Amino acid sequence: MTHSAPTPTALYDIPGPQARKRHLVYGIVSTALILALVGWIVYLLFDTDQFTAEKWRPFQYKGIQELLLRGLGNTLKAFAYAAVLSLALGAVLAVGRLSVHRPVRWVSTLLVEFFRAMPVLVMIFFIFVALKVQALPALVAGLTLYNGSVLAEVFRTGINSVDRGQREAAYALGMRKTQVTTFVLAPQAVRAMLPTIISQLVVALKDTSLGYLITYEEFLHAGKLIASNLDYGLPFIPVVMVISPIYIGLCMLLSWFATWVARRQRRSPKTEAVGVAPAEPGKLLPGGQ
Amino acid sequence: MDVLTDNFSLYGEGFLGTVELTVYSSALALALGFVMASFRVAPVGSLRVLGTVWVTVLRNTPLTLLFFAVLLGLPRFGLVLPFQLFAVLALGCYTSAFICEVLRSGINTVPTGQGEAARTLGMSFGQTLGNVVLPQAFRSVIPPIGSTLIALAKNSAIAGAFSVTELLGTYRTLNELGYSIIWTFIWIAVGYLIITLTISALFHVMEKRWGVAR
Repeated sequence: MTHSAPTPTALYDIPGPQARKRHLVYGIVSTALILALVGWIVYLLFDTDQFTAEKWRPFQYKGIQELLLRGLGNTLKAFAYAAVLSLALGAVLAVGRLSVHRPVRWVSTLLVEFFRAMPVLVMIFFIFVALKVQALPALVAGLTLYNGSVLAEVFRTGINSVDRGQREAAYALGMRKTQVTTFVLAPQAVRAMLPTIISQLVVALKDTSLGYLITYEEFLHAGKLIASNLDYGLPFIPVVMVISPIYIGLCMLLSWFATWVARRQRRSPKTEAVGVAPAEPGKLLPGGQ
Repeated sequence: MDVLTDNFSLYGEGFLGTVELTVYSSALALALGFVMASFRVAPVGSLRVLGTVWVTVLRNTPLTLLFFAVLLGLPRFGLVLPFQLFAVLALGCYTSAFICEVLRSGINTVPTGQGEAARTLGMSFGQTLGNVVLPQAFRSVIPPIGSTLIALAKNSAIAGAFSVTELLGTYRTLNELGYSIIWTFIWIAVGYLIITLTISALFHVMEKRWGVAR
């Protein structure tokens, strides 16, 4: 069993001794090919002088480190605003789509469908250029409109996925519609949808880099400033090599958090329906007389 | 209103640019995604690692950063290609990670028993894959592939901001010519809506014809 694929698939059997030998050969050949490719790229990097001291010198300067840190801070600031506002907008639009009043439902459906169909960048440019808003608010507004609409759909599916009986029981207890939604449905919906919500926040975090295109001074913008500096011999590749791991690391951390929450939920007994013992014959209620 | 009629050729050029970018990048994304998906389900460990690294890295890279690295970085590397080709490369590679995951989950929806039955009938690996597993996987992945390609079409707007001829890029010229910005953007929005709605309609037809009835 040690050599089988991680999950059973329909594609092949657990390999026997001969197949295992064959797979070993394939493995060695493909590893060699991959290493050759990596080696070629490294050779190209050296060949085009990407590792000269001149191009890496800027990262030693305090001013440049501060510039990068400020950029990172601005990126995180835009993300924080966008995350909070999209969650709020998502909640409002979800409630709108679930409303019993038809016009409210129509308007929210229209808004959700429109903002989901538009490229985020077009919305950001529109707000930035046509409405002449500052870069940060324009970026945050664009991200909020898009991610808020997507989150609205997530919340809506979450609320609809809550068992019908929950709602009926809550109404039977005499709760109003608002109470039913806020105290019974929404908490369960958020819990069920938490991994999806966090994954959507990863999208928002990734899209903060669009701010670069409207000259918001975020992380990528700081990188561009360093990269296009002639004094350091235009260190584009070194800048990409420094910036990408940080961006990718941030997003991976958040994605990993989403999968961690999902895995934890699958194990947690709280998210599963609480089993109630059926009433025994002759008794009115479980455990009753 | 006259923004469109006065500048029909400019809009047309931008619109065609977006369509071309979408079509070429989709082709690249589907091909690369298929290769990476087959790597990820392969029995060979090193290929599985390669597929996993490809997907994990690209899914967590901001697309703007990827465009920055490819369009501005690669020329420094000694590689000089037309800008549009660079844009296709960036968009296609980025989307291929998402296509890969969609295809892989599609393969996983095929019950293990199907493959076992095929092997029991004496089918080879190629026959099992081509005649039994992939046709079923294909049917279940039509809708998610459709939404991935719609996302690709929308993401192509970023290429316009990096001065590739593209629909969003037309706003710059029209803005300089002094046309009403609001109307300029309305027609850009309409252009994108036409493209995304066409893709969505296309996949709707495909799903009706081949999709799994659930």
